[in-house]
Amino acid sequence: MRKLKEFIVEKLIFICGLASIFFVVLIFLFLLKEGLAVFKTVSPFNFLFGKSWYPISEPPQLGILPLILGSLLITLGAAIISIPIGVGCAIYIAEIAPLKIKETLKAGIELLAAIPSVVLGFIGMITLVPLVKSVFHLPTGLTALSGSIMLAFMAMPTIVSIAEDALYSVPKTYKEGALALGATQWQTIWRVMLPAASSGILAAIMLGIGRVIGETMAVMMITGNAAVIPHSILAPVRTLTATIAAEMGEAVVGSEHYFALFAIGIVLFAISFAINVTADLFLHKRE
Amino acid sequence: MFRKWLLVLIAVMFVTSAFASKDKNSIQVKGSDTMVNLGQAWAEKYMEKNTGDFVAVTGGGSGTGLSSLISGSCDIAMSSRNIKEKEIGLAKQKGINPNEIKVALDGLAVVVNPGNPISKLTLAQLADIFTGRVTNWNEIGGKDEKIVILSREVNSGTHVYFKEHVLRKNDPNSKEEFTPRALMLSSSQAIADEVAGNPAAIGYYGMGYISKKQKPVNIAKDEKSEYEAPSIENVINGKYPISRPLFLYSNGTPEGLVKKFVDFTLSKEGQDIVLATDFVPVNK
Repeated sequence: MRKLKEFIVEKLIFICGLASIFFVVLIFLFLLKEGLAVFKTVSPFNFLFGKSWYPISEPPQLGILPLILGSLLITLGAAIISIPIGVGCAIYIAEIAPLKIKETLKAGIELLAAIPSVVLGFIGMITLVPLVKSVFHLPTGLTALSGSIMLAFMAMPTIVSIAEDALYSVPKTYKEGALALGATQWQTIWRVMLPAASSGILAAIMLGIGRVIGETMAVMMITGNAAVIPHSILAPVRTLTATIAAEMGEAVVGSEHYFALFAIGIVLFAISFAINVTADLFLHKRE
Repeated sequence: MFRKWLLVLIAVMFVTSAFASKDKNSIQVKGSDTMVNLGQAWAEKYMEKNTGDFVAVTGGGSGTGLSSLISGSCDIAMSSRNIKEKEIGLAKQKGINPNEIKVALDGLAVVVNPGNPISKLTLAQLADIFTGRVTNWNEIGGKDEKIVILSREVNSGTHVYFKEHVLRKNDPNSKEEFTPRALMLSSSQAIADEVAGNPAAIGYYGMGYISKKQKPVNIAKDEKSEYEAPSIENVINGKYPISRPLFLYSNGTPEGLVKKFVDFTLSKEGQDIVLATDFVPVNK
């Protein structure tokens, strides 16, 4: 009887496990089926490297290079801002902070992760956008920089909690050994702890970046959405995600525009998948 | 994140198609975001007068409404543009016969910041600005400042109308496009807010969104014509050059509940609601 129960539970859990993979595969197949149809009208090269995005014109111009560059620019900006702060914060929490501050900081970071992105976007639109405009004397504050700063806030919780975890799991003997050899605390952190935790920290960074590149709502609200190849971080950009979100409502099902949006979905899927795999590789290297 | 988003999208598609109601006492009205407030105001008043009847109004965009009409999942489509040949063809294939009813007019206002000295423009100047041929306000008599162009997203009937009638001057062979530098904002309110806070910005939207924080520009058809303000009188008498009709589309000649509702929108009471929601009535 007990064995039978065991058996049933085991199988049920097994099915649950399979279900998640099953859904991912289904979604991927659906994306492929809808997205690849666009290549009947535009060649993959012209799609990825075309410079004009005019999806509702006759004939439509479906070049997503400005969108790809927009996404990458914002991600790069967010990475430059969030990595030093995030890793620094993780070091402080894991190595330096007294227990009480540590608990408070951790709770605060979890709270930051809990803020919905549309709320962050809204706050950014009201506070950050006018600030960026006046500080840099720009014609408009709806720029890639505003998006990068807001997204840095979104990437930080991921980076801090995983990097802190990586530092925490470095064996205590490493630290004790270094200190016993007469190294200062900073030398211990910089020369011993960071290298020992490096693969985990890299994984943290990759996962943070993965979050940034897939973010939609906040960037749509504060980056201006102009589909032009960005020449500076102080110019408006349009991202891949914002394009899908903004245009899906009106795209006629079965039109080139509709297929093109799904093809953008494939590009995003590929980027996001590559980032996650890289992060995974780093994580496993650590073990 | 975007994978989650896709899932939601797929779920929404299923739910909306499952809710396509065929109930005798209720009708589905769907389409243009510009008209959604108007549609809801009509539905409320109509249901107040005809208890027992149910009218559901949802937005999504003119194209969404028309494609729902074609697929049979709504009874009336609201649209801020004419139905396209392509859409009529699709409808005929499915045995649907789109019937156009003009229910209101909407003036498109071009707005700038109140601090901007520019107060009148010709259609040709507007086209130059929005296609990116003119990039500085001093080229058209303003301050030495870069023009910040604000546009609606491509899913908006307003975007399409402005492109076809201002940028392309009603020429179907024209290839004019919004400059890629134009900022694409997701709502008329977002454009209103940006214009209110940015002295170099120019944007466009339905007359209803004009407030004291923006300055509507007077528009002339060409240099020889009078510059006209976007006001209800000027739209009715046809002097204001950028106004557009708003439509309801039904399947065939309206019958039963659909006819009752359409007749209500065209009645004195229905047209008063048009005026109250900042559009321009067609029947006085």
